[in-house]
Amino acid sequence: MSQPVHIRGGTVIDPASGTQERRDVLVREGKIIAVSELIAEEALAGAKVIEAANHLVLPGLIDMHVHLREPGYEYRETVESGTRAAVAGGFTAMACMANTKPVNDSAAVTEYILERAQAAGLARVYPIGAVSKELKGEELAEIGEMRQAGIVAVSDDGMPIMNGGLMRRALEYSSMFGLPVIVHEEDRLIAGDGVMNEGAMSLRLGLKGVPAAAEEAMLARDLSLLERTGGRLHVAHASTAGSVDLIRRAKDRGLAVTAEAAPHHFTLTEAAVEGYNTRAKMNPPLRTLQDVEAIRHALADGTIDVIASDHAPHHRDEKEVEFDHALNGVVGLETTLALSLRLAEEAQIPLLRLIAAMSLNPARILGLPLGTLAPGAEADITVVDPSSRWTVQAARFQSKGRSTPFEGMELRGHAVLTMVAGRIVWRTGMGQSI
Amino acid sequence: MPFTRRHLLGLEDVSSEELSYLLDTAQSFKEISEREIKKVPTLRGKTVVGMFYEASTRTRTSFEIAAKRMSADFVSLSASTSSVTKGETLLDTARNLDAMRPDALILRHASSGAPHFLAARLDCAVINAGDGAHEHPTQALLDLLTMRERKQKLAGLTVAIVGDVLHSRVARSNVFALKTLGANIRLVGPPTLLAPEMRAWGDVTTDLHEGVRDADVIMMLRIQLERQGKNFFPTVDEYSRYFCLTESAVARAKSDVMIMHPGPINRGVEIASDVADGPYSVILDQVTNGIAVRMAVLYLLTNQARTQTHSEGETQAELAAPEVEVVAPRLRRKVG
Amino acid sequence: MAANQRVVMDAQAVERALTRVAHEVLERNKGTHGLALIGIRSRGVDIAKRLRQKIREIESVELPSGIMDITLYRDDLSRSRQHPEVKGTQIPFAVDDKRIILVDDVLFTGRTIRAALDALMDFGRPLNVQLVVLIDRGHRELPIRADYVGKNLPTSVSESVHVRLTESDGCDEVVITRAEER
Repeated sequence: MSQPVHIRGGTVIDPASGTQERRDVLVREGKIIAVSELIAEEALAGAKVIEAANHLVLPGLIDMHVHLREPGYEYRETVESGTRAAVAGGFTAMACMANTKPVNDSAAVTEYILERAQAAGLARVYPIGAVSKELKGEELAEIGEMRQAGIVAVSDDGMPIMNGGLMRRALEYSSMFGLPVIVHEEDRLIAGDGVMNEGAMSLRLGLKGVPAAAEEAMLARDLSLLERTGGRLHVAHASTAGSVDLIRRAKDRGLAVTAEAAPHHFTLTEAAVEGYNTRAKMNPPLRTLQDVEAIRHALADGTIDVIASDHAPHHRDEKEVEFDHALNGVVGLETTLALSLRLAEEAQIPLLRLIAAMSLNPARILGLPLGTLAPGAEADITVVDPSSRWTVQAARFQSKGRSTPFEGMELRGHAVLTMVAGRIVWRTGMGQSI
Repeated sequence: MPFTRRHLLGLEDVSSEELSYLLDTAQSFKEISEREIKKVPTLRGKTVVGMFYEASTRTRTSFEIAAKRMSADFVSLSASTSSVTKGETLLDTARNLDAMRPDALILRHASSGAPHFLAARLDCAVINAGDGAHEHPTQALLDLLTMRERKQKLAGLTVAIVGDVLHSRVARSNVFALKTLGANIRLVGPPTLLAPEMRAWGDVTTDLHEGVRDADVIMMLRIQLERQGKNFFPTVDEYSRYFCLTESAVARAKSDVMIMHPGPINRGVEIASDVADGPYSVILDQVTNGIAVRMAVLYLLTNQARTQTHSEGETQAELAAPEVEVVAPRLRRKVG
Repeated sequence: MAANQRVVMDAQAVERALTRVAHEVLERNKGTHGLALIGIRSRGVDIAKRLRQKIREIESVELPSGIMDITLYRDDLSRSRQHPEVKGTQIPFAVDDKRIILVDDVLFTGRTIRAALDALMDFGRPLNVQLVVLIDRGHRELPIRADYVGKNLPTSVSESVHVRLTESDGCDEVVITRAEER
């Protein structure tokens, strides 16, 4: 069916093999055939050539924390618009959370989501199933059945699991299926009615705050439980220095914990809320400079394994209201790549490590056969122009969601070509698209 | 020209020149309320709309009287009577009102930042009459005016603010302005109603007697009785035992101390009856000054954007009386 | 003194004019009974003070006097983007049944006096109101006239007239400035 594709002259960054060199890549029939300095003429016959000089050639990027909103909240995003936003952002695969309507706590909803993704035919979608029925935090959902239908992890994200007893059972039960439990750490009783980080800023603005302790207290609980139960814990959207510290010490003790951070938590502080900016309102909230620095260090030293956007699109009417009433959440699929490249440069994180956080590591955590550029692997590839300058304009996003705290910011780097299973699903020059 | 703001949303970034100008202007408006005919024609033909999403008889009435004494037309909406109960958003309500071309919108709302939200989206001037726990600028201005009348200079004064500082917009506005003017601030309350970051504002203490020692001004804040159920303090009785301003506490302050309260007072809870009614209390002066301050604010903010053409030579006699109950000056002549 | 300016009254002329006006006021009112002075901010206030002093010297009577700020009664507030500064009115006596002598420095269009009359009526009902001005420069836009004039000064509309008084400006003089030629 498909013409072979020859990606020529780019700098291949493949964390799995530790390669960061100028290499050519040949793709045929959905697989990577060769990654080498010089590919044989015969092999290249008839291939479509993609000139990638001065570009980065990466394993298809994977975002393991995305809210696709379908079924139930299609006015905010659909699987179709969400996967389009993903490929525009350079992502070939994503894992989507279960807080849809109805909640994804059954094989039926899991299958529905997979079917919508298939129909859209863009990025790969891996559903995450709920831990508890209807996200109520009371009874376990049918995790086994959902596993059969194709979930790759369980999470009540959106809601914390307030019931420590249930959390314990979830860790135990999910280990039977080899599924990680992705935890949204937020003690609701400590957080109260908070709408931003509790500190000097919330005091000045007269807004109720969420103290860092709300996240850290629950994380400490879950790490203790992990120690007892075995199983695997993955910490979603870590946002505080205290959380980073807990994760580091748990890893030192050999616990099976991994963690992710979102770009807004390694780029912005609570100062972005100035003027009651609802585009800077999300959960967990933007924190202090110390927290941002801790997250950056954690990404540099591997304490935090993954960069995941927590892409949470909302309708304009849900954000253009008084700060107290604005819903939590910002979009991220189309800004994560550039912000991560910026981080690598500012924090001097080697590209191999940074790219691993967006490809190999999430693939390993979710057990996906992706995230590498080796011959024989799936041809999921992202080609990036690392030097192109662009300004964030949410009105031009592929996502239906337009709330980003980075509106108007000048960034560098964007995906010029996104390939899933050998098919080019996104291509852009300077402003063009497929 | 010291005061060129379009809106009055808070005092945090208001300079000391602006504050002085506001207070001087308010001072010059005071005598109008002492006259027989408590009216000047300055805001004739201007429309002022009050939107009070939180119940407020005191502030609303004060703004209404201020507007009417300036000859403006005043209309007020409260949440229960407005379309809010029908589910209309704040923005839609405000836009609908803006389409009726008011000159100023006064907003009191439970959400911090609500006036900022509207100011960014409407054409008229927006005046913050209290937003959540954030600011209540006209209250602080009248407090400052009252302080200035008695103490002349505010720089170097020791002002103790006592009570639920954490949730108080009156406290915040006062703190911001007093700091700009160089006063020394002390914050007093139980730890649950204070925050460690308040140390950037001044001295923080949980001991009432220590907090009011040698104070020039003691500002008592209202305790919202609803906070009782939320574990900020176990009972109102216990709160009072430690934080009620009694005569013995007052005795620790300077002999010419001023005792203030934004009202309404919970007698016996945050302030003892005899202290509220005693010689140091300036609570009623605050109310009087509130009218002058609000007249000044309306004067300074409602002269913009919506310029209406006044035909030259129009005389007072052609004015329609704006309100039924306030008769136009011409018709009210003292006999003999 | 710039080329386009000329002094139309010097310190001595101002003094003589005010002395004459003080006598005229006393003559027409047959003494000081029921008289009160109200100076219009801001130079009217200084002139009223001087009149009060002179009347004290002549009749040994201290007339009640007040200060009026007509800013809030102006008819041109909506036209200006700026807010004219309000300094306040102080009339510490009852206006009812008094013969009020309003005092201002320059009478021009008459709008300031119109505003002052409106303000005055809000304080009560005077027996009559008389107007003292140091300079009447013509070009009335309203039917207002002064009862006592220091000097009549024909001017063209494009000229401007400034009264300088020692209390505020360091010297006494009246200066006309011709507008620059275009």
